[in-house]
Amino acid sequence: MRDFSYVRANSLDAARQAAALPGAMLLAGGTTLIDLAKCGVAEPETLVDIAHLKGLDRIEVNERGATIGALARMSHVADHADIKSRFPAVSEALWQAASAQIRNMATIGGNLMQRTRCPYFRDPANFPACNKRQPGSGCSAIGGVTRGHAVLGISDACIAMYPGDLAVALVAFDAIVHLGERHIPVDDFFLLPGTTPDREHAIEPGEMITGIEIPGSASARRSTYLKIRDRQSYEFAAASAAVGIEFEPDGRTIRDLRVALGGVATKPWRARAVENALKGKVLEPDTVRAASLLAVEGSVDHGANHYKVELAPRVVARAIRKLGETA
Amino acid sequence: MTLELSLNQQPAHARQGSSIGQPLTRRDGFLKVTGAARYAADNHPPGMLYAVLAVSSIARGRVAALDVEAAKAHKGVVEVMTPKNRPALAADPDAKDHPFMFRLDLLQNDQVRYPNQSIAVVIAETLEAATEGAALLSPRYEVMPARVGLDGAESIVPRAVGVGGPAVQHKGDVEAGLKSAKTRIEATYETPAQYHNAMEPHAIVVAWEGDTLSIDTPSQGLAMAQGRIAGLFGIAPENIHIRSPFLGGGFGSKGMISGPQVLGILAARLVGRPVKLVLRREQMYGPVGHRAPTRQTLRMGMDGEGRLTALDHHAKTASSTFDDFFEPAADASHTLYASPAIATSHDAVRLDTGTPLFMRAPGEATGSIALESAIDEAAYACGMDPLEFRLRNYAEVEPMTGKPFSSKALRECYRQAAETFGWASRPIQPRLMRDADGFLTGWGMGTATFPAIMFQAEARAVLRADGSGVMETGAQDMGQGAWTAFAQIAADGLGLDIDQVDFRAGSSDLPNAGIAGGSGHTATAGMAIHNAGAAVIARLADLATGDEGSPLYGAGNEGVLARGGRLYRRDDESRGESYAEILTRAGLTEIEGHGKGAPDPASQEAYAKHAHGAVFAEVKVDPDFGQIRVTRLVGAFAAGRVINPRLVRSQYYGGMIWGVSFALHEEAITDRRSGRIQNANLAEYHVPVNADVPSIEALLVHEDDPHVNALGIKGVGEIGITGTAGAVANAVWHATGVRPRRFPVRIEDLLG
Repeated sequence: MRDFSYVRANSLDAARQAAALPGAMLLAGGTTLIDLAKCGVAEPETLVDIAHLKGLDRIEVNERGATIGALARMSHVADHADIKSRFPAVSEALWQAASAQIRNMATIGGNLMQRTRCPYFRDPANFPACNKRQPGSGCSAIGGVTRGHAVLGISDACIAMYPGDLAVALVAFDAIVHLGERHIPVDDFFLLPGTTPDREHAIEPGEMITGIEIPGSASARRSTYLKIRDRQSYEFAAASAAVGIEFEPDGRTIRDLRVALGGVATKPWRARAVENALKGKVLEPDTVRAASLLAVEGSVDHGANHYKVELAPRVVARAIRKLGETA
Repeated sequence: MTLELSLNQQPAHARQGSSIGQPLTRRDGFLKVTGAARYAADNHPPGMLYAVLAVSSIARGRVAALDVEAAKAHKGVVEVMTPKNRPALAADPDAKDHPFMFRLDLLQNDQVRYPNQSIAVVIAETLEAATEGAALLSPRYEVMPARVGLDGAESIVPRAVGVGGPAVQHKGDVEAGLKSAKTRIEATYETPAQYHNAMEPHAIVVAWEGDTLSIDTPSQGLAMAQGRIAGLFGIAPENIHIRSPFLGGGFGSKGMISGPQVLGILAARLVGRPVKLVLRREQMYGPVGHRAPTRQTLRMGMDGEGRLTALDHHAKTASSTFDDFFEPAADASHTLYASPAIATSHDAVRLDTGTPLFMRAPGEATGSIALESAIDEAAYACGMDPLEFRLRNYAEVEPMTGKPFSSKALRECYRQAAETFGWASRPIQPRLMRDADGFLTGWGMGTATFPAIMFQAEARAVLRADGSGVMETGAQDMGQGAWTAFAQIAADGLGLDIDQVDFRAGSSDLPNAGIAGGSGHTATAGMAIHNAGAAVIARLADLATGDEGSPLYGAGNEGVLARGGRLYRRDDESRGESYAEILTRAGLTEIEGHGKGAPDPASQEAYAKHAHGAVFAEVKVDPDFGQIRVTRLVGAFAAGRVINPRLVRSQYYGGMIWGVSFALHEEAITDRRSGRIQNANLAEYHVPVNADVPSIEALLVHEDDPHVNALGIKGVGEIGITGTAGAVANAVWHATGVRPRRFPVRIEDLLG
């Protein structure tokens, strides 16, 4: 077999030190890493197990916002009463992600590190060319099966879709990723592929996700996550939207709007153009529909995934309308 | 293999006086839910090694080099089997002695003819070492372009479709019928390649002892597997013992022994130790069969009353480059709708794929979704309700042959299912129904049918002096409930309570039970069991009626009844005695009888034999997103005698869910450049999850059939897919006004 070392870290510092060594990877819920190791993408020399570390699974919610430890389970966060009431989009995104079994194992930190489902990326034995795995080797997906690939944020080097749900909601509400002492906005944590699709996260060797912080806001409180897919469960989004809205006291004029897209882009995709077009406007169906089209500005499709360009604005429009109706 | 019965209440058969017809729970259920049921891969004979396949990356070409040294140098690797050192076989794996024999890839040369073909086997002390050894082989290939898709090669007309069926058939003059029609439709539908994806992967544990073989492997046809292995290795079938007590699903992919299973046997021979070989999920997409893609065109003509004047069904399909199995999709139009002119035809391409094989309702399922869609289009073209249209074209005799049906309760199926569903209030026009949430709502229906097939089977029955009985037949339980249904037939055949019967199955050293396929296992092996029971009871009656000491003396065979472990005089039920008394007085510890199950040639000639059903579906479609959800399914089925209604209902449910899967989910997606399937895993090869099937009903319609066999059994394993897939497709049209032309129907097909 391919030997690797297993280290059970007994403290956060020990984990960080061990993980900083070449070839070392952190192991939490294991739902992504073990999968990637089985298909030959991840070849860790050392696994640093952090699943048992104390104090990293806390979920705290107050007026200012929520802080969630990196080791909190997806299912626990999804079911947390205060997350449900103050950040419905976050809870809904988690509920619609993966399967019950995976949600019970997977951690929030691991979720942020989830990698693409691009079938070419995940099949090194049969498709050696992949710029994400092997910089400069080429992209097997372009010209291949692309129904599930991104239409936004792509480059000539990579069109792999970011598959997750949670981070879409986090991007909408300006969440902060805690890498120990260093804190960075989640939108900056996820990188565009550009010419370096192998680099997906703004995380440095020796750093580790310790938690996330989601600022509380009126728009987060009135929010939703809408996920469209062919199958009812256990499928990645054809297109999804995390949307939050805050109205002026008149109950019709949009004071604040947050829109982020999933299932269509190379990273969780904040659609600021839609937000800016609607802020200060009265919520009317035609206005919303027109503004939602801005969500896919600059999109480039590869044939089989063209439908995402059609679908995504409709998902955004529906989510906004739905939040308006609950006024 | 034998099962212990553990019922925690007085069983229904004891209360009812018979086992057949009772909704017993699965006798093997407890073993399965507690993990005690031993599947093939659970076996670990002493000294066992692990074998892992190395499979081809390419679809077509040859293996130019393998780094065998690197693999052998890896710690724990014992041996690498390649074409160079593979033990000799007694028969050519590319020989095809009969249409039911399929060519196997057994490292006979360096050629690659489909992706995931076996190119080497690594045998090691651990699974991990064998897996890594296989990766270290780092094959180099000479690659040739892959032939992919229904337009990927030159079209041919196959010599036969299915197993030996004519590729082209007709009765009457279709062109004249179309010409004379008042209304005509022509429609084309495409169905994708689908893979069986049984939960349990193909697995084999093999131990050679000299020239005898001990094998644990899942098999839907033990005797056929035994015969195939015997032929390949040049040993006597009786020297091969195969155990297959449980299958984690087969669906046709375990009907014939597959290449990888035989490679496990070869690997064990090569290393001289027991070997286990288990396919990984992605390795099941190639060497173990699949359902071929089809492109089907139907033409129909109707007169002013909506009666068919002509029905033309053409199916294009695909097979491998090196073997023949052609999905007989167009043949679905032979049996359902009356028409003076019917023509069916097939053509095909040969592609760089593994050979397609039988997959649950092969031909019937693919043909049904196209036929039922076209019938729906024809009804609409005539301005008729789809149910009314089907009744207008109801076949009183089998349309293609003119034979009478042995039984056909399809009208009653239509009636019961339509009533339960509430079909009468359906508008004929599409896109008229919306629910309170604004979802487009559609109702569709389809007719289900599947032939009542019988193969050959044998059984052996024993009555023992302690009053108990034994019934033996090498039947196969794929999960359908054979352990239970056959024990019920055995109990009635022996005139015993079910817990007095030791029912043995799932092993090749038992009488040949034939194949668990074609929805014919219960009828075939059931009749063998029934006849074996009758034979041993006849012997027992001979003993009693010829014995002056018996109260049955002189009654004669015809004058005796067997029930509850006793024989009674038919003319005087107060006179009788127990089996134990009869055998004890005769000084016998046991007596045995043998029985066979087989189709009756005379009734085969005289009658068309089919099960029938009607399926109604409701779907809801989001008008903006094209997202389809099936919200209700109601099916009613008539399939002759029901041995166990609980198990039968489960078969219908499973089939109907598969129909949903066919219409909306399943598709193997191929990279056209490499010929590789890009979703060869259960995360991305979609089947419905529980949430996709919120409400499902299966009604059992009473049907007596005096002609199919003495028990009146047809078969229920496959029929549920037929009808359902089309019903869902037609409901999608009714909801949206968009006619599905390719399956599965996806979001992008309905975005508008």
